Amino acid sequence: MKKLIMSVLLVNLLAACASEKPKEVAPEPTAASSTAAPAAEPAAANEAAVTTAAAAAGDELNDSNNALLSKRSAYFPFDVDAVQAADKPMVQAHGEYLGKNAARKVTVEGNCDERGSSEYNLGLGNRRANNVKKMLVLSGAKAAQVGTVSFGEEKPKATGHNEAAWSQNRRADLNYGK
Amino acid sequence: MTMFMRYLAAFVLMCAAYSAQATLNIEIIGAGEHQIPISIVPFAGESQLAQSISGVIINDLKRSGLFRTVDPAGKAPHEPKDVIFTDWSGVDALVIGSVVQGADGRVQVQFRLFDTLKQIELTGQAVSAKSDQLRAIAHRIADMIYEKFTGDAGVFSTRIAYINREGKTNRLVVADSDGYGEQTVLSLNESIMSPAWSPDGSHLAYVTFEQGHAVTYVQSLLMRQRAVLAAFPGSNSAPAWSPDGKQLAIVLTRDGSSQIYLVRPDGSGLRRVTFSDAIDTEPNFSPDGQYLLFTSDRGGSAQIYRMPVEGGDAERLTFEGTNNFSPRYSPDGKSFVFMHSNGKQFLIATQDFETRQMQILTDVGWEKKPSYAPNGKLVLFATESQGRGILATVSSDGRVKQKMIPQRGDIREPTWGPFLK
Repeated sequence: MKKLIMSVLLVNLLAACASEKPKEVAPEPTAASSTAAPAAEPAAANEAAVTTAAAAAGDELNDSNNALLSKRSAYFPFDVDAVQAADKPMVQAHGEYLGKNAARKVTVEGNCDERGSSEYNLGLGNRRANNVKKMLVLSGAKAAQVGTVSFGEEKPKATGHNEAAWSQNRRADLNYGK
Repeated sequence: MTMFMRYLAAFVLMCAAYSAQATLNIEIIGAGEHQIPISIVPFAGESQLAQSISGVIINDLKRSGLFRTVDPAGKAPHEPKDVIFTDWSGVDALVIGSVVQGADGRVQVQFRLFDTLKQIELTGQAVSAKSDQLRAIAHRIADMIYEKFTGDAGVFSTRIAYINREGKTNRLVVADSDGYGEQTVLSLNESIMSPAWSPDGSHLAYVTFEQGHAVTYVQSLLMRQRAVLAAFPGSNSAPAWSPDGKQLAIVLTRDGSSQIYLVRPDGSGLRRVTFSDAIDTEPNFSPDGQYLLFTSDRGGSAQIYRMPVEGGDAERLTFEGTNNFSPRYSPDGKSFVFMHSNGKQFLIATQDFETRQMQILTDVGWEKKPSYAPNGKLVLFATESQGRGILATVSSDGRVKQKMIPQRGDIREPTWGPFLK
């Protein structure tokens, strides 16, 4: 029963995530953003061209009815970095998509809850991002298409010393840029 | 050559925002086993100053937990000839002094410390200083009193560094050990982590996300210039200085998982020292520079290990609770302080190298990032009070606890600076 509630909660979270995604994962606006692209986004240079071309062709990535590709976040249990069974189909679908769309690039952003030290969590977020990347590559993406970055516990989506907040923060996001 | 010291434009560096007013609210709980009763007579002439010298000395001594300040009850000697020892039978020590403001804007401060039991003058000093240095002078006087009566060096003149987070703004702050005299070293709309003092107190290494990933910088506190120490792909974090200041241990993920490397302060001479597929992080040098303590999950859970700096086998040191993090050697090298998790709480604990006994020093449950005062008598850490991140200290015997509550923002990642020569 508990499990059921948890997974319903998770689905809701994922849904909420998907609908708001572009806003949430947008990089911090920096001064002079026209000249300096953030290091975490190697795709920034040809972003505009790719986006318009993809939109014109009806990019399945932007299809909100695509149950897998419309999701961009994998969630993890406490102190665990392996991609969970529930998220494998989603990650694999993104890997296949990247395999078919060689011009696309994605950054996997690893995040953690606040428990543990900030430096340990930086390491844990790195491993979460790396494991998602590995699965993307196994599913068809080229390694060069996938960047990784760890934010550790530095960018919590939810605040509060409770599992409701923590479960949202133990997360790896697939960020395709704008 | 990204490895070379590159001085960056100072556009992100805030000017020193010096603030003399109280930035913290301080609460003290507990007391040392043997408190020394002491009277500090208000200094002659200090009522005309912006800053009460005797007030700063009293607060410093109280915060140590080792002194009990006794009100002079109207008695006000300012010169040795005015001291009548039989008037002071309730205390072991007496401090008197005077301040004279010169025409040049400088002040002359004189103080004398008496042992009222032996009826002798223990020490005294006359100092000339700029009038904005009154707090610093008061801290030095408190240090001398502390040292005379405890035998240990005082830490009231030392400084601390921490991050103050307020909304999106993260400020790297340096302040006196009592939290006054905050100076903003760096202000960013991105996280700042893991400030680390160079052994001479002249530089801070720290980590920021302003480049989109964790990059480590080294910044001069005097010149305010900073340079990238490490900006490899992945995370560059957890800087720790060697005791001679000639190298730093840092943690990089450029080769996969978090591993410890050594690097010179100018970014040259990088070499890897741990070779695991685990998370190896939070390195800290032993006072003799021979060993590193670090956090690793190589055994399945995050625990504290020790290894020779030059490489070799790592020995697991912690076995209690579920996880242990953030180790720091005590200044005498005989023990270490760390963050201990019992599965529900994060607490500050120490462990003796010889006996392997762990002692838990705190009880709130959200304590992080402990660091020793340079005399080893106090531990500074981050904790929470009413939902806010605050600074706190605990005496290394666990008896005296102190909360330092900022007026604004949440405090995290504190670290106690070295003695200043």
